[in-house]
Amino acid sequence: MKKLFYSQKIAPYVFVLPFVLTVVFFWLFPIGNGVLLSFQDVLKDEWVGLDNYKRLLSDKIFLKAVYNSARYMIGTLILLIPLPMLFATLLNSKLMKKPGLFKSIYFIPALTSVVVAGTIFRLMFGEMDTSLANQVIGAFGLSPIKWLKNEWASYGVLLLLACWRWMGVNILYFLAGIQSISADLYEAASIDGANKWQQFTKITFPLVKPTTVYVLTISIYAGLSMFNESYMLWKGNNSPQNMGLTIVGYLYRQGIEKRAMGYACAVGLVLLIIVMIVNLIQLKATGTFDKEER
Amino acid sequence: MKSQKNKNRLATVMLIVLFAILAILTIIPIYTIFLASFKPGGDLLQYGLNLGIDWSRMSLDNYVLLFTGQHDYWRWFANSIVLTVVTVVATLLVSAFVGYGFSAYEFKGKNALFLIVLIILSIPLEVVMLPLYKQMTTWGLMDSYIAIVLPFVAHASTIFFFRQYLQGLPKSLLEAGRIDGATEYGIFFRLIMPIMKPAFAAMAILNGMNAWNNYLWPLLVIRSSSKYTLTLGLNTLINPYGDNYSLLVVGAFFSIIPIFILFICFQQYFIEGMTAGAVKE
Repeated sequence: MKKLFYSQKIAPYVFVLPFVLTVVFFWLFPIGNGVLLSFQDVLKDEWVGLDNYKRLLSDKIFLKAVYNSARYMIGTLILLIPLPMLFATLLNSKLMKKPGLFKSIYFIPALTSVVVAGTIFRLMFGEMDTSLANQVIGAFGLSPIKWLKNEWASYGVLLLLACWRWMGVNILYFLAGIQSISADLYEAASIDGANKWQQFTKITFPLVKPTTVYVLTISIYAGLSMFNESYMLWKGNNSPQNMGLTIVGYLYRQGIEKRAMGYACAVGLVLLIIVMIVNLIQLKATGTFDKEER
Repeated sequence: MKSQKNKNRLATVMLIVLFAILAILTIIPIYTIFLASFKPGGDLLQYGLNLGIDWSRMSLDNYVLLFTGQHDYWRWFANSIVLTVVTVVATLLVSAFVGYGFSAYEFKGKNALFLIVLIILSIPLEVVMLPLYKQMTTWGLMDSYIAIVLPFVAHASTIFFFRQYLQGLPKSLLEAGRIDGATEYGIFFRLIMPIMKPAFAAMAILNGMNAWNNYLWPLLVIRSSSKYTLTLGLNTLINPYGDNYSLLVVGAFFSIIPIFILFICFQQYFIEGMTAGAVKE
């Protein structure tokens, strides 16, 4: 027995065993359980077939949550991919001085917890006219806004919070990608008379694609599963007209606050399906599949 | 030629101005909470966070409260440190063990299993959160740190990183170890682990930051306030009773400091750890 344990045939399985156990107990088991629960009314302890899913499709609050999550994800994709790519390119330019110092500064927000960051933003965007945000717009002659009670203003605050925390990290991702591109390419291009903009569109943009795909993937993941940020901004899971409610927020509300575990598990599985579909579309659109087949 | 030089200088100035503005915007939120840590907690509620400085109202009272007052802040702080250290040590050991298994051996089912690693990487934890929570209740693990740490010690993204890191490992090293009479596990613990130090450092930072800032899962699992972590504890202060806001503002600012000091000392590892996932395929 001992000899078997030490043999080269068995050892690989011993090495991956912790992962196998994790998958079985903490992923397959819960997902399987979630599927079963989603066909039940847990409070009444009875099977209800597809009722939870049918209810979801006509549940206006759930649809609002899906809309909010999707809107947040799209906003972060629009802001947190092109801008960091551009900033990284500029930071990497020979004309830029002390890029290291700036890199470090931009990284600092990523060190804060969502509790701290959310609390800071909630108070910076307070509705009193002395809050920083209202002072700033006041300087432009605008009257104070109740930031977190207005649908679009609060959307802006959420996006600003996301930009503040992740802009620096995304710049670092793109910098790592850009620095792996050979300098010879740029040299050859500039000899051929390509200007900086052409160099960016013809060399940088196509060659940082692996980085772009990676950032896209994690942004989709983070965007669709966002919860903490809105939980912090609105001091809990309730926002006026549910303007801050996300899919995970709804899952939390149904499962933990209302104890409707079956319904909440259906929400979780719908989230899983949404994430899978969006990821498939993304992988297809960016041609990642083709590369793997090659 | 001279005009080109001037043009370049102008471009440099414009770049520096652009990035300096960006840097100031980045710092402002931290600066407002730093300022607020010297203002009475009630001000926060009344005026919100801003850049105003009124010397007559500023004092070290909040810091006195933080260091000498009657509250649980330091208990939360200690809990967070313990939990972070345990999480990092356990996750690194287990994930490196698994990652090595994936990179050093060919075995049946390896590709399928590795595909599962990749799939898990793209599934939000929130999908399994509720059933997992229910399971923890039946297993009697509620309100324990085990429930926070155990499900994630074989951590998909950390395994993936270690596996990539070890991919370039020469197989001759393993053969040499075997000839010297080391067991398969001895090779990992004595030969491989020592050369993985840079990878450990990067992953320690990444996992450490996640553990220190973790919120949602501990919120579900932890019941007794004596086990609250810093993030859970700070969030109990958002209701403005008594000294809560004074402690919240100074405590929130102070919670950034340990991680900030680590960042200053090990900057390179932070950046490597955070960008580890994006390395070229």
